[in-house]
Amino acid sequence: MNEVLFRVNGLSKTFGGLQAVRNVGFEVREGQIKALIGPNGAGKTTIFNLLTGVLAADSGSAEFEGRELIGLPTHRIAALGIGRTFQTSLLFDQMTVLENVMVGHHLRGRATMLTAALRILGAGREENEYRRTAMETLDRAGLADLAGRSAAELPIGQRRMVEVARALAAEPRLLMMDEPAAGLNMRETEQMAETIQQIRDSGVTVLIVEHDMSLVMSISDEILVLDQGQRLAEGPPSEIRNDRRVLSAYLGEEADGC
Amino acid sequence: MAARERPHTDEAIVPNEAERHAARRRAEKLQIVAFFGIMALVPFGIGNDYYLHILIYIGLHLILATGLNLLMGYAGQVSLGHAAFYGIGAYASGILTATYGWNPWLAMLAALLLTCVVAWLVGKPTLRLRGHYLAMATLGVGIIVAVVIRQWTDLTGGSAGLTGIPSMTFFGHELTSDQDLQYYYFVWAWAAALTVLFANLVASRPGRALRALHDSELAAQVLGVDTAGFKVRAFVISAAYASIAGTLYAHSSMRFLSPTPFGFHTSIALLVMVVLGGQGTLWGPVLGAFTITLIEETLRPYADYDIIVYGLLLMVLMIVMPGGVSRALGSLIDLVRGWVPALRGGDEP
Repeated sequence: MNEVLFRVNGLSKTFGGLQAVRNVGFEVREGQIKALIGPNGAGKTTIFNLLTGVLAADSGSAEFEGRELIGLPTHRIAALGIGRTFQTSLLFDQMTVLENVMVGHHLRGRATMLTAALRILGAGREENEYRRTAMETLDRAGLADLAGRSAAELPIGQRRMVEVARALAAEPRLLMMDEPAAGLNMRETEQMAETIQQIRDSGVTVLIVEHDMSLVMSISDEILVLDQGQRLAEGPPSEIRNDRRVLSAYLGEEADGC
Repeated sequence: MAARERPHTDEAIVPNEAERHAARRRAEKLQIVAFFGIMALVPFGIGNDYYLHILIYIGLHLILATGLNLLMGYAGQVSLGHAAFYGIGAYASGILTATYGWNPWLAMLAALLLTCVVAWLVGKPTLRLRGHYLAMATLGVGIIVAVVIRQWTDLTGGSAGLTGIPSMTFFGHELTSDQDLQYYYFVWAWAAALTVLFANLVASRPGRALRALHDSELAAQVLGVDTAGFKVRAFVISAAYASIAGTLYAHSSMRFLSPTPFGFHTSIALLVMVVLGGQGTLWGPVLGAFTITLIEETLRPYADYDIIVYGLLLMVLMIVMPGGVSRALGSLIDLVRGWVPALRGGDEP
């Protein structure tokens, strides 16, 4: 089995009187597609927000390649090699698709305000290089045709694909995807499943939160089931599919669909 | 035969967006060269010292508005007290040269550093917070600086003004008061240089980071953008632009400083320049600097009433063309193109 890339322990978060995440722990192994599932309010997105520094955890730890990331600001967590996409794709709507992906290169760039303004120390060369590599990134994702379009005018499916391409431009080691299939039609969902598998195969570990059970069951290597902020079950899809607790807590009538 | 070859050449025909992106940058550089080239020729067309004088002010306002544009149009923050940084630049230069006999260039550098430190102290705590706390804080700074200039008479000369500011020197050559033409070129050379730096900055990694955080701080952060840090830097740079304009003002033909140009009134005028022309564009603030300076000069006999005009302008602009004149012109051109097929590119179907 591959090495553990990401280890979460005893993660908790309370909003007012509501305990949204209760002592949750799990591991993500390198090269895995790991899914967090659970009914609405199970605390999945909250966990994502805690792990990316968007929310402050009450307690718990999260070690990424041996480095603690709880307590770090979001941009520092990104710099460790963790990418993230959102439930409603957050594209930069004032920019073109190409420029969106160029922002994805931010972490790999060096140009500061001073060197960029004076075009010294390779700032100009860097700019040309990132323009080219961003175009290549889009080309690989099959999105080259959209490069010049304003991000604001894209339909949901394309927004999602651009967001994924942008996240990958930062060359993360772990990509956290919050409901990558939300709002996609069946064909787009299939395409997304393929994309996620390609991402894994290219060496990027994937952690997803997803509602679409058929997607989760077909692509995940391991699934963690959450219920009311707590860990309910964990294991490969074949086990989760037949787990009684899971069936009663979450899958219910959907069970035959899987 | 030709039809069969088409599919193979398609890729070559469709211009790559990366190339177009680069081409737009080259076009922008050409525009800058053309514009400042024209401005270099303008003095030959006018034989009047008064107009030259106004053009010097336009140059100063261009520097101020371009700096403020970085903050407003790119970092998405508002400064309601930008005249304070203009004032710090002017008075620090004026006092150091007139009272302490410093070399003007050294004084300029000291003024610049002082402005940056003040801006950093104001921006660091306020820009960590989401929302428009900077606007509030800069409003306060604007008032404090205006009061200090007026009240600390031993240092600033107060309402009576600061006199005896020496001329700017340029490689040992004095840019004296009776030669406005030299000072015109001096100011516009600064304006050109600072415009080029601005254009380079916004079309680069840090510039895109600013535009990104303006759109969505969260999305920028998960891509590794230190949003608070970039906002502070943008603010400090915009204050630095104001400081340089202040120093240039101090050594301009009057070589005299009074508190009036550095009050709230000017802060609002600067705001209108940026919004009128179109924040977030290269030429918007330039257009704004021309327009507002000319309005200011026209309304000079009515002194304090021009703030009413700015207020009205700001209101009308926000309602009618929130993107500013340059963007409104852009959409007008698109509209006309839609109507007149002949104006469309010939290669389009």
